[in-house]
Amino acid sequence: MEAQINALLARCQELAFDLNFSEAKAWKKARPGRLLVGHLPIYFPREIVHAAGGLPVGIMGGGDRKQIIRGDAFYQSYICHMPRGVIEMALDDNFNDFDGFIFPSICDVIRNLSGIFKLLGKGRFVKYLDYPQNFNAEVGGAFYRREIQHVLEEMAAITGQPVTVQALNHAIELYNVNRQLLNDIYDIRQQYPWRLSYESLYCLMRAGLVIPVEEHNEMLSQVLEYISQDVGEPMDNIRVVITGAFCEQPPLGLIRSIEIAGCYVVDDDLILGSRWIQGDVNSHSHDPLGALVSAYLQRSTFSSSVYDVGHPKEARLIALAQRRKADGILFAAPSFCDPALLDQPQLQKACNEAGIRFISFKFSENTGQFKVIKEQVGAFSDSIKLWEETVL
Amino acid sequence: MLLQKEMLARQFRELSTAKENGKKVVYTFVPGNLSELIHAFGMLPVYPEINALQSGMRKKSGGFIRDAEKAGHSEDVCTYVKCDIGMLLNGNIGPTGDKLPEPDLLLLSYTGCFTFMKWFENLERLYPGVPVAMLHTPYQENGRITQEMTNYMVEQIKTELIPKMEKVSGVKFDETRLAEILGHAAKAEDLIVRIFNTTRNKPSPIDAYFAGVYYIGPINAGFRGTPDAVAYYQALHEEIMLRVEKGLGPITPEGEMEEEKFRLVVEGPPNWTSFRNFWKLFYDMGAVVVASSYTKVGGVYDDGFRHDPAKPLESLANYCMNCYTNLNLPQRIDLLAKYITDFRADGFLVNSIKSCNSFSAGQLLMMRQLEERLGVPVGFIESDLVDPRYFSYSNIKNRLDSFFQMLSQRKAIRGQMAEMPA
Repeated sequence: MEAQINALLARCQELAFDLNFSEAKAWKKARPGRLLVGHLPIYFPREIVHAAGGLPVGIMGGGDRKQIIRGDAFYQSYICHMPRGVIEMALDDNFNDFDGFIFPSICDVIRNLSGIFKLLGKGRFVKYLDYPQNFNAEVGGAFYRREIQHVLEEMAAITGQPVTVQALNHAIELYNVNRQLLNDIYDIRQQYPWRLSYESLYCLMRAGLVIPVEEHNEMLSQVLEYISQDVGEPMDNIRVVITGAFCEQPPLGLIRSIEIAGCYVVDDDLILGSRWIQGDVNSHSHDPLGALVSAYLQRSTFSSSVYDVGHPKEARLIALAQRRKADGILFAAPSFCDPALLDQPQLQKACNEAGIRFISFKFSENTGQFKVIKEQVGAFSDSIKLWEETVL
Repeated sequence: MLLQKEMLARQFRELSTAKENGKKVVYTFVPGNLSELIHAFGMLPVYPEINALQSGMRKKSGGFIRDAEKAGHSEDVCTYVKCDIGMLLNGNIGPTGDKLPEPDLLLLSYTGCFTFMKWFENLERLYPGVPVAMLHTPYQENGRITQEMTNYMVEQIKTELIPKMEKVSGVKFDETRLAEILGHAAKAEDLIVRIFNTTRNKPSPIDAYFAGVYYIGPINAGFRGTPDAVAYYQALHEEIMLRVEKGLGPITPEGEMEEEKFRLVVEGPPNWTSFRNFWKLFYDMGAVVVASSYTKVGGVYDDGFRHDPAKPLESLANYCMNCYTNLNLPQRIDLLAKYITDFRADGFLVNSIKSCNSFSAGQLLMMRQLEERLGVPVGFIESDLVDPRYFSYSNIKNRLDSFFQMLSQRKAIRGQMAEMPA
């Protein structure tokens, strides 16, 4: 089984970093009437695209695998790296065959990127999805419902068919399974993190953004079955939670460096959208849109992009670290990321008060030198392993 | 100017004695500010961005920013936020030297700038126990305000803002009182549109950017909806119309501009830490700004929007959604193109602000689109709002010199072509 899993994980890495989205495009070509809808981080209710006969495709940036030539002409040096990679891909026709693009409300940069896509005339529709920051079901919920309906209307204009309740419930069920499998994998890794490297887990999750959920569920099931067995050898690593990288993604080399430096990553916010809803969405409802709306309002995880007064994210981060029995937290934010960086002082204050050790560093998706971060993380890991008792 | 100084001095005096006089204080933001609603409850507004820019002009922001960075804030993030937090860490002494009162309510009207939300999440922790009223303003992603967007806003005002404002102020909401205040707001809005339209004249009687930021002071900083603001804008309009009649150009800190050589439209906020030097780079070259996007950050009234006493809550909602940074990029380009055309601008200039992604992200494409659409020469400079470390005088001067040379050459060529026989 090991060989089979290794082959599966190798495929995941290929899928995760295929910036031409070959698999998604092949899926679309296989049957007339299929849609491809690209979406940026963090969260997007992918169920609605599935229900419309489409494939939601996660656009996570060009990373360190896309040379930026024209993208830099769109952004000043003090704006984060991710949108310039996305523009480069758009101008290089990496998104050909995509029917629409969704820009979830993460920050001002991603918001304005939606305007750039409109000006460049990319796709048949471009939608800035304005998530409500009001969590009253009758106020923010009603607004969010209309936002989702707009996306459904855009897709129906292309397919000529509205989505059905049955199709939505079916999609909700599939994504419930997807989240449950991911959560099970995280739970096993919490106890036995050596059974699946974080690098592999990351690729496995990211691959799920570019293939049908049915196929991804099959992959997750196989991996779950594999790591449910006593495989791998434990190492003398500390357990950490990574936070701050919910939008622009660190390069794989950086993820690898964190592990090599002596860390088991037991939780993170890198592909946060796949685990955004905590628990299942009702998949037997007569009003599946309502079920998606309530799930967003009531059972979203925490993020720097969501208004948190009354439900402070620092308490939720501390609770997560404690639940995962983490030895420390790595604050890893992309350079110039206002949401992540503006949260850090409050989050770190909470860590100090809770006695949770942490370090912070910034990265860019195309960071090529990992030595400094590796040494920093290594020193952090050593300081906990060698000189301190477990605090949590 | 004197009238404005008196108004602002009175406002800060009132703030400094607010607690003694039992007045409740609301911290809020300029874009999408609900000054009229605050006044309707008899409360006093404080605008953290205004305090930050005033600190920048008074050379205090550098120290405040460094103190915020020492407290853990990244060098990468918005300097308005850091300046405000630094000021708070240093005793919250406001621009006039008086201590600013602590807020009784944080009114997070979250219009066109995501960072506002992060800013008030920070303030909520720094002022524990102070209630936050959140108004999420939907973005005009499709280039228009829909009825459902308005409904969402109105529902938030009714269910989130008004109950909290009633509780904090102890005053029951009175829609008639609000409508009366909105009537004054609409009059001031009419006047400010007429004032900024005077730049259609050649020479322009005012600079719509450097002087414009003073002109928008009262309407943006808590006076909109008051008879004082109407009186101020009436007086200002009369003064400017006199200049038009006499064919005079704008007044600069060094007196009247003798010759208008270049007419510009400027996109982006100004730099505040070296404001005077920055302005001088323009007036020394005979450049006058005939329209700017920054003066529309607290409200776009050119398109006919006015606060409407007949629909008080709806018009508050639509006002918020119509502020400049809540417009999508195609709308911004259309507005700037209209300015360039209507005000007969010779060039278009972007002052790209490191701190402000809401403005900056997309400006390079906007610039290219305007150049292609109108054939207008474009220029680009970079600075920051209130971080003195990001104002490079020589760099900006070099770029502006080249830009003005380009404009001169273009004018000369056009002149030669006009003289050529058909």
